[in-house]
Amino acid sequence: MTFVIDYLALAPELVIVATMLAVFTLDLLLTRPNKFWTATVAVAGTALAAVPLVILAAEGSTRSMFDGSYVVDEFAVILKGVFIVSAYIVLLMSHHYIESDRYYQGEYYFLLLASVLGSLVMASARDLIILFIGLELTTGPLYLLAGWRKGDAKSNEASMKYFILGVLSTAILLYGMSMLYGLTGEITFAGLAQTTADLADEPAVVVALFGLIVGFGFKISAVPFHFWAPDTYEGAPTPVTAYLSVNSKAAGFVAFLLVMYQALPGLSDIWAPALWILAAASMTVGNLAALRQTNIVRLLAYSSIAQAGFMLVPFAAAAVADADLAEAFSATLIYLVIYAVMNLGAFAVVIAGARKTRSGEIAGWAGLAQVDTRLAVLVAVFFFSLAGIPPLAGWFAKFAMFRSVIIAGGAATVVLAAIAAINSVIALYYYARVVKSVWLDDPVGEFAPEAEAAPAGSLRLALLVAVAITVVIGFFPAIATFVGDASRVIASG
Amino acid sequence: MLLNQFLILAAAMFSLGIYGLLVRRNIVLILLSVELMLAAVNINLIAFESVLRSPEAIGQVFSIFVITVAAAEVGIGLAIVLMIFRNRKSANVDELDLMRW
Repeated sequence: MTFVIDYLALAPELVIVATMLAVFTLDLLLTRPNKFWTATVAVAGTALAAVPLVILAAEGSTRSMFDGSYVVDEFAVILKGVFIVSAYIVLLMSHHYIESDRYYQGEYYFLLLASVLGSLVMASARDLIILFIGLELTTGPLYLLAGWRKGDAKSNEASMKYFILGVLSTAILLYGMSMLYGLTGEITFAGLAQTTADLADEPAVVVALFGLIVGFGFKISAVPFHFWAPDTYEGAPTPVTAYLSVNSKAAGFVAFLLVMYQALPGLSDIWAPALWILAAASMTVGNLAALRQTNIVRLLAYSSIAQAGFMLVPFAAAAVADADLAEAFSATLIYLVIYAVMNLGAFAVVIAGARKTRSGEIAGWAGLAQVDTRLAVLVAVFFFSLAGIPPLAGWFAKFAMFRSVIIAGGAATVVLAAIAAINSVIALYYYARVVKSVWLDDPVGEFAPEAEAAPAGSLRLALLVAVAITVVIGFFPAIATFVGDASRVIASG
Repeated sequence: MLLNQFLILAAAMFSLGIYGLLVRRNIVLILLSVELMLAAVNINLIAFESVLRSPEAIGQVFSIFVITVAAAEVGIGLAIVLMIFRNRKSANVDELDLMRW
């Protein structure tokens, strides 16, 4: 055993920890009117955490600690980049929103940063214990953040539902992990990969895999483990919802991908059909339920369930067809990166739009274009991007997904591709319905006056970052391909 | 070595936990059910460890992590229960039905 700590490799995590402590201390020292400094420190600290990441990315080497249990390679660096950029956007979205709520600001940023730290740990985790700790650190603070509005009954309910199903899924996941440990005596992914290949005929391995799939299924809110998602998304404060639908879902995906591809490739005969069903069910149920939503946040909740289904498609297709897993891995990651940015943008638009229209209902947004053209353009950009219309980034995500399915080949994958194609069309309908309401319908209610509704500077910056990335990746998809290529490293080794 | 007996005990406790979580209506009892499930996981890990005898005592280390995280989760859970109880004067999950799809 060697316990050499590589501080550069850990630097992003350490910076986030330091920021957390700084926010916590500042919150104790500052008086109420000066509390906004906690937000400033949190945003600055998150931006600072990107610096060591850039150095690590430029260096491009693989750094491994604790006998290969904690690895910082290209794949981990890129995912950490995604987590930090999306955390940055969420912090910018939160700033004004939380301040105007008059609840405790310091704790909000402390908890959010703790969750970010968890997702950073997960990107590097290469054994079951670290993965479990990272997962719990990511979701634990979110149970509290979902219930942030203490006096609001909906927020209470969101928190409770998320908590009960969250701990249930954790317990099932742990039971699966304990069976896996018992069968192999290994917890590192490399060790598991070597030993699980001979276990395909062992009945107990099915119990272990069942536990893992159910546990991760809850975390990524795949159907049929999605029941908490719409209620929690609707009840939680909107910036927290944005974080839930992007960071926490992405972290769940990363864990899922790592465990299945790195630790259990030998058992793909067992998990591949389960993933096929999860992918098909998530897309279909998510999209059909989204069709009948009238609340815009609930619409985005069901849309994010459906998007999780799309993300599972390459993953499931390659495994079912026994094709090259590297291709699927890169397609899923490209989808994840693009989805993160456009979904955060959509939620930022929802925050700005809800202030302007004083409504969370799609019907209440009618005629927004007549009073605020810029905001209406942004609604169109993000919702059409989610639908996958070129030249916005979303088209490339869908393109990468379908390409990987075609490369995989085989009858079962063609069926899955057909289901995905039908669902893309259904999705276009409900995304376009929001855009139609904003651009073509006549206003029904009173809009808030300009002075009251103008988005705060930090929210404008969040929108600007999201829209810039969405449009740039749409025109230059090579940037996203680079992300995908880096992920091949992990799939091959 | 008695391994099966421990695994059967753990499986029974785990099933009991899931049953309690689905059937109980009081949030505190739901929390107890979750604890039962996590305790089952710990029994599993320790039982496997006593057979495998890995040099790093992985199973025992894992179970210490599970115990720690379980404690933190109960802390969070009780905080949420307290918040809901203050607003509603009740800790019954059936009454949490503001949002339905």
